[in-house]
Amino acid sequence: MMKHPDETIDHGRRAWFGLAAGVTAAVAAPGVILQIASADPDPAPVTAAARWGLLIDTNKCAAGCRDCVDACDRENGLDRQSKPPSQSPAAWTDQKAVWVRKVKLADDLTGRVTNLPLMCQHCEHPPCVDVCPTGASFKRADGIVVVDRHICIGCRYCMMACPYQARSFVHEPMHDQLTQVPRGKGCVESCNLCVSRRDHGLASTACADACAAAGKGAIVFGDLKDPASPISLALRAMPSRQLREDLALNTGVRYAGV
Amino acid sequence: MKRIVYREWRIPPTRYWGILGLLAVVIGLGGLAALYLEHQGHWVTGMNNFVVWGVPHVFAVFLIIAASGAVNVASIATVFGKGSYQPLGRLSGLLAVALLIGGLLILVLDLGRPDRLLVALTHYNLRSIFAWNIYLYTGFIALVIAYLWSMADRMGLAFKRPIGLVAFGWRIALTTATGSIFGFLVARQAFDTAFLAPMFIIMSLAYGLAIFILVLLFSFDQEGRPVGEQLLRRLKNLLGVFVAAVLYFTLVYYLTKGYGAKNTDLVGWLLFGGGSYSVLLWIGWVLAGTLVPLGILWYPSTRRDCRWIAAACALVILGGLAALYVILVGSQVYPLPIFPGHTILDSGFLDGVKVGAASYRPTLPELLLGLGGVAVALLLTAVGVRVLQFLPESLADADLPGDGQDPDAPAGASKASYISEISAG
Repeated sequence: MMKHPDETIDHGRRAWFGLAAGVTAAVAAPGVILQIASADPDPAPVTAAARWGLLIDTNKCAAGCRDCVDACDRENGLDRQSKPPSQSPAAWTDQKAVWVRKVKLADDLTGRVTNLPLMCQHCEHPPCVDVCPTGASFKRADGIVVVDRHICIGCRYCMMACPYQARSFVHEPMHDQLTQVPRGKGCVESCNLCVSRRDHGLASTACADACAAAGKGAIVFGDLKDPASPISLALRAMPSRQLREDLALNTGVRYAGV
Repeated sequence: MKRIVYREWRIPPTRYWGILGLLAVVIGLGGLAALYLEHQGHWVTGMNNFVVWGVPHVFAVFLIIAASGAVNVASIATVFGKGSYQPLGRLSGLLAVALLIGGLLILVLDLGRPDRLLVALTHYNLRSIFAWNIYLYTGFIALVIAYLWSMADRMGLAFKRPIGLVAFGWRIALTTATGSIFGFLVARQAFDTAFLAPMFIIMSLAYGLAIFILVLLFSFDQEGRPVGEQLLRRLKNLLGVFVAAVLYFTLVYYLTKGYGAKNTDLVGWLLFGGGSYSVLLWIGWVLAGTLVPLGILWYPSTRRDCRWIAAACALVILGGLAALYVILVGSQVYPLPIFPGHTILDSGFLDGVKVGAASYRPTLPELLLGLGGVAVALLLTAVGVRVLQFLPESLADADLPGDGQDPDAPAGASKASYISEISAG
C-alpha cells in the first residue's frame, strides 16, 4: 500500500522539535533543581515535642526602654518600612506593621504603673486560626502561630478576632525585605517567635536576646513542655497569668507582675 | 383569577441608556478606586491596624443582608401562600441575586490580595464562618436563579414550591451566618453575642423590602404601569412592622449589652460619648432611619402617597447604612479590653484614654468602591428587567390573585397533565 503523500515523515521537522525540547530542558532543569535545593534546607519536620513560649517579668521591664521592640524590628526587617510620602505621620502610626508593642499601664484603683511588651500570645486555641477562611493563619505543631503568606488573601478577619491587637496588615508596597522574613503588601503578619531561628536550631528570640543584653532579663524564651527549661523553672517559681484569661485560650506568652 | 402577564421594561431608549450610563460611570469610578487601592495598598484608605474593616464593609454587609431580605418578597408568596405577592416574585429574585453580587464584589475588591480569589475558593478552613459563607453565598445565587427559572418557565412550575422552601431556609442560614461573622468574635465586647444573627435577619427583612419597594415604585412609575393601592398598603405596612422590629432588636441589644458592668463603658460610649458614632446612632439609625419612616408609613396624610412611601424607604436604607457603620466601625474604634481595670498610659495606640480613641477617617476610594457595588446591583437589575420578563404589566388591585392562589398554575388541571399539555404544544 502506498503512503499518502501527506503522511511521509518530515525528518527535518522532527529534528527541530528534538533540538527545541533539549534546549528547553537544558535551560529549565537547573532552575527547577536549584529551586528544589534551596526550598528545603532543613528537612526535619516540626514536631509537638516542644511548645515555645515567653515569660515576661514586668517587674524587670523598664519604662522607656524599647530594646525588644527595636530588636524585633531589625530581626524582621520592620525597620525598613517607610511611610508613603503623601501619608500623614499620624495615620501612618496606625498603619505601619508593629509586631511588639511597648505598653505602659496604670492600675485604675491603685495607680501602680506597669511596663510590658505586648505581642502575639501564641494561643493554644487561637481565635485568629479559627476564623481564617483559607487556613493561612495556622498554628505549628510546636505552638507557634504564624501566617502563611502564600494563601493569605488579606481579608483581615484574623485581626478582628485577635484579642490582643497583635496583628498588622501590610498597607504599603514592600521593598528591601529580608530573605528569612518574607513580607507582602496586602497580607497579615505578626510575631512568629523568630520562627526562622527555631528552624535553624538557634536558642532564643531577638527580643529576649536584646532584653538580656540590656541587663534586664525581663523576657525569658523557651520550651514550655520541657520541665527543666529556664522558662518552665521561672514559671514554677513565680506567679504569672495570661492576658484575657477569661477567653481560655491557654496562651504561650505569660506575664508576671500584672 | 386573571393571568399575570410579565413584560420587559419598555421605557424610552434614551432614558434607559441614560440610566445605564449613569450607573456605568459610578461602576467605573468604583473600579478605578479598586485598582488604585490594589496598586497602592490600603494605606490610601482610612483603615488601619485597629479599624480593619471600614466603609467598603459597611456597604458590602448592607447589600448582602439586603439581598436575603429582597428574596423574602418571593417567599411570602411561595412559602406563605400570599397570592397578591405572586406577581412580585420574579423581581424579588432578580434583586436578591443582583444585590448579593454587588456586595460580594465590594468584599472581594477590598481584599489585600484580590488576585488570590482562587485561593479562597480552593482552600477551606471549615472552622471559619467566612468559609461557610463562601458556600452559602454561591449556593444562594444558584438557588435563587433556579427559583427564578421555576417562576418563569412553565416546566419549572412543579418545582416552584420546593425550591421556594429551600431558598427560604437558605436565606435564613445565610443571614444567620452573616450576623455570626461578628457574633463569633469572642474578643470584641460589642460583638460576641448570638443576638447578632437574628438581629441581622430582621435588619435584612427591613432593608431588603425597602430596596424592593423603591425599585418597584421607580420602575413602574417610569413606564406608567399601575400599582394597586391595596398592594402598596400591604407592602408599606409590612415595611413598618420590619422597621419597628429592628428598633425593638436595637433596644434589646443595647439593654442586654449594657446591663453587665463589664460592658457598661462600651454601651455608654456608643450611646452618649462616641461623638460622630453616637450622632450616627441617634440621628441616622434611630431618628432618620426608624422613627421618621415609621411616622411617614402610618401618618394619615402621608401613608397613601407613593412619594412619601418612597421617601420612607430611602430613609430606611440610609438608616441601615448608619446602623451598620455604628455596628461595624464603632465596635472596632472602641479599645479591646486587654487590661481591664487599667488605663494605658503609653503604647503608641489609644494612649491616655480608657475609651474610644482609635481613629478612622473614611477616604474617597472607600466610598467609591462601596457605591460601585450598589451601582453594580442596580445595573444588573436594570438590564434584567429590560431584556427579560421580570415585571408584571399591572399590579392593579383588580389584577392581583387572592391568598392561596397561584395564577401561574392552570386551574383544575393536575401538574402532570399540564406539563404533557405543554409538551404536546
